[in-house]
Amino acid sequence: MSHESNFEQTIRGVAAIVIEELKLEDVTPETFDPDLDLIDEVGVDSMDLATVALVLQDEYGIRIDEEDYPKLKTLRLIAEYILENSPVKI
Amino acid sequence: MKTVSSLLDSHWYQRYQNISKLNIRSSIYDVTNQCNLRCKGCFFFSSGEDKVAREETDPEKWAAFVDSEKQRGVNLAILIGGEPTLCLDRVAAFYSRMPTYCATNGLIKVPRDRFADMMVGISLWGDEEDEKRLRGKDTFRISSKNYEGDPYTYYLYTITPNQVGRTERIVKKIRDVGLKVHMQLLSNDEGVDGFYWRDGELADLRAEMDEMLDAYPDTVISSKYYHKVITTGKMLDRTFGWAECPSVTEPMDTRNPQPRRLIRFIRWASDLETMHRCCTSATRDCSTCKDGAAHMSWIMVNKRAHMRSSEDLQNWIEVYEMFAKLYQFIPW
Repeated sequence: MSHESNFEQTIRGVAAIVIEELKLEDVTPETFDPDLDLIDEVGVDSMDLATVALVLQDEYGIRIDEEDYPKLKTLRLIAEYILENSPVKI
Repeated sequence: MKTVSSLLDSHWYQRYQNISKLNIRSSIYDVTNQCNLRCKGCFFFSSGEDKVAREETDPEKWAAFVDSEKQRGVNLAILIGGEPTLCLDRVAAFYSRMPTYCATNGLIKVPRDRFADMMVGISLWGDEEDEKRLRGKDTFRISSKNYEGDPYTYYLYTITPNQVGRTERIVKKIRDVGLKVHMQLLSNDEGVDGFYWRDGELADLRAEMDEMLDAYPDTVISSKYYHKVITTGKMLDRTFGWAECPSVTEPMDTRNPQPRRLIRFIRWASDLETMHRCCTSATRDCSTCKDGAAHMSWIMVNKRAHMRSSEDLQNWIEVYEMFAKLYQFIPW
């Protein structure tokens, strides 16, 4: 599987988690714009980020430091963070 | 999916962006168990919170404690008591390390050469008559002289049931000494006769608070949505109470399900070890609690719930702006 498809797959996986944890309506992992700003546009706050981060950590076996939360502004940036910090090659 | 920009025009979107990344993390600190007043209805003394912890007196321990709070992620210290201005070295331990708000009865003037831009909130309970009855003296006469024209000070005007129909005179008095005012409601923790809210009074007061905001927009720091929530105890389709309150000390919060809450919030006693359950007295009935900050926070932690409509999200923005102004994260 190419890096590109892994990346796209990770974005969709993150999208599914964000949708599930934040109970977002009228959006699917496939229709969720990966570049949509989660804070400025989706209205995500630090409690939301903490909730999502916990699930991401379990799902992808990574550690997300709270000081990194500001970097996690979009699905694409979260997916990049996961791929960079994953202990195993996804 | 509803997005922020789909709900707001460019003016409101800019206002949203000005506050959306502030990430305010507050905690509350009892600076001392002592006070220079003994007010009827003060939750601190009426619930015996002044006796639960031995006061820490070592300045170095206060300094180390504040450093550890900063490490814990706190970026706004809210100092209460007792009367914090009785222990200015402890106040300085906070002020020199992080944004600090000091609640006071205003009888002692915070020296501005030591605390140049520290936010000060002066408590005011009703008018002169109420103040004498509940607090033993007309504190406004003294506090207004101490803080006249101070740009980092506002009055926290606790409206009692006796004030309904009479708030304008107080707002004008505050305006005339060049200060701002934020309004909240008496919870009457000590059950003082004549200070219970009667049927219909809160609805009348809500209309009056709205009128004050319209008539004195440069003096009153408030929002009509806050008036609605604080007078009805309702937000969207929900009711304020223990199951919803966001201002519960995090390590003591065993609620299940966990509501949306203030992250890292703790209310510390003055021994710097004991924690209180919440921002007010644990003996208070949460279903009738009228704590203004708790109601504001309740709105603020529920941002996405307010993304139902443009009006709801604008209401949320106004309340967040109000909070940010009161603690000077944004200018008046």
